Amino acid sequence: MGSYTYPKYAYVPPAELVLKPGGVQTVPVLIVGAGPVGLTLALDLALKGISVTVLDEDDTVSLGSRSICQAKRTLEIWHRLGVADRMVAKGVTWDQGEVLLGDQPLYRFNLQPEPGHRFPAFINLQQYYCEQYLVERCLQEDKVDLRFRSKVVGVRPDDEHVEVDIQTPDGLYQLRGQWLVACDGVRSPVRTMLKLPYEGEVFDDQFLIADIRMDADLPKIRRYWFYPPFHPTDSVLLHRQADNVLRVDFQLGRDADADAEKKPENIDKRLRMMFGEGARWEHEWSSVYKFSCRAMPRFVKGRVIFAGDAAHVVSPFGARGGNSGVEDADNLGWKLALVINGHASVSLLDSYDRERGAAARENIRQSTRSTDYITPKFPAARVLRDATLSLARDFPFARALVNSGRLSRPTPYIDSRLSTPDDTRESWNAAAASPGSPLPDAPLGDGWLIEQIAGRFAVLTFADRAASLDIAAARAVADMADEIPAFTPILITRDLAGAPDGWNTVLDKEGLATRRCDARDGTTYLIRPDQYVAARWRRLHDSSIFAALKRASS
Amino acid sequence: MNTLKHELNLARPDDVYNLIVDAHNGLTAEQSEKLNAALVLLLANHVGDEDVIREAVAAARKSVTA
Repeated sequence: MGSYTYPKYAYVPPAELVLKPGGVQTVPVLIVGAGPVGLTLALDLALKGISVTVLDEDDTVSLGSRSICQAKRTLEIWHRLGVADRMVAKGVTWDQGEVLLGDQPLYRFNLQPEPGHRFPAFINLQQYYCEQYLVERCLQEDKVDLRFRSKVVGVRPDDEHVEVDIQTPDGLYQLRGQWLVACDGVRSPVRTMLKLPYEGEVFDDQFLIADIRMDADLPKIRRYWFYPPFHPTDSVLLHRQADNVLRVDFQLGRDADADAEKKPENIDKRLRMMFGEGARWEHEWSSVYKFSCRAMPRFVKGRVIFAGDAAHVVSPFGARGGNSGVEDADNLGWKLALVINGHASVSLLDSYDRERGAAARENIRQSTRSTDYITPKFPAARVLRDATLSLARDFPFARALVNSGRLSRPTPYIDSRLSTPDDTRESWNAAAASPGSPLPDAPLGDGWLIEQIAGRFAVLTFADRAASLDIAAARAVADMADEIPAFTPILITRDLAGAPDGWNTVLDKEGLATRRCDARDGTTYLIRPDQYVAARWRRLHDSSIFAALKRASS
Repeated sequence: MNTLKHELNLARPDDVYNLIVDAHNGLTAEQSEKLNAALVLLLANHVGDEDVIREAVAAARKSVTA
């Protein structure tokens, strides 16, 4: 079964067991779990010069296609780590969705209507490919020590370190990390061993995922049916994936018999109803599932940090699970690197807990609403839901109420203490990225705006002409670029002549970057290493930048 | 003459939708029907414009009989 050949990664007997050095070795960061979140974090830290040790109990990638919708923000993060282009090349790119009632299309939506972005709204790519490409990228980095068949069976945190017991084919050994990041999934053994709470709402509705390989020339869009003729009682979601694999997700209701539904002959019966008697397919992976929305109250517990599903889990509608996990890693990486290098105090990590805790709560809120829409909890809710559907064809307002999943977007960190609030005397277009929001992408120079912010702080200043920049302020900013925390000064202009020393000056040919940042001559942004806006001003002023940098890194 | 708005007129549509759905939580079917009726009358009075209400009534009727 399955078109994908699972790689088998080498287990190397650890030096700790082979050489038997005295005492327990200490490493800067232990990451538990080599899934998309753990691997993303490992790469990000390694590229920032931090050695990481990744422990995974298995020696291959995700079994089954699982999380398939990789959002634009995730691709931007993976691009910084050097793996996104390979994923886009392999995956199925999509920007549009279609909602159908019965067999009639109700409406289409476009998640990225305006061109001029390095990445599409989404690609669909099976989780095993994502993990494989991330592992292969990690294997190129000396600072990533990937240890397969290494199961963490004991965790002992103290004030300075976290010691773990690791079970391998050659026996048990101990390692100590200054920090441990648990990216070990929804059933997180680390969380369980530490007896930390993980509470939330469990949903009773059952769904069947049937991933099948079929040669069918289907449109590259997300399609969602309410009451289709081939599954008249409930809803069905259809996605295309790489290798001609389709994801069909049937809503089964509360009373379905999971064991019966799992049988291939019963799955085939449903698929024949959908695709017709003449269609042919092979099964890739199937699963009958229920889901829950849960989160840990705190993601940081002393020197143990939780990320991804280990910290929070949502329903699949909206593609907010895997994507929010990668965003966790992105938020954590630069902060942990500053702390480990002694450039920020440990309290910076509180902002990881706050920012990503708020993001998790927002994702859970959105995902719970989608779930409640798709699986109405009481008859009156179904009546209202069905009314929105029956009005949606004729009334655009009702389309806005139809909720087949509010698709993943990066969560703004409203009121983050790392952000410097706008000067109230300065006005900004409401659509521009305010402090705490991700920087929009746009074409810039020979590349893209997001490519300019490569894992460190950046000062973005806009000038009509490079020569018109305030020379004294430009020099003062360039002079402090190598102080702590280091940043890259970037000048975005329509005229490169007279570019100042110490600035990376790039041409905004199309003016899109300028427009998307609502920039005027002198407008300056401070961008965090995770490409979020920390502060913005209408003029270049070195002491404001210095203060905002301190605030964003402490 | 005013006409019925077809385009979205709510700043946070999901919030308003869930506000209405949640109002039914824990009610019997009969209570739910009564709630819907009361809500329609309250909102009709607030709208105030008979032409708009007539258009809304026709659209709603069409949505359940078409």
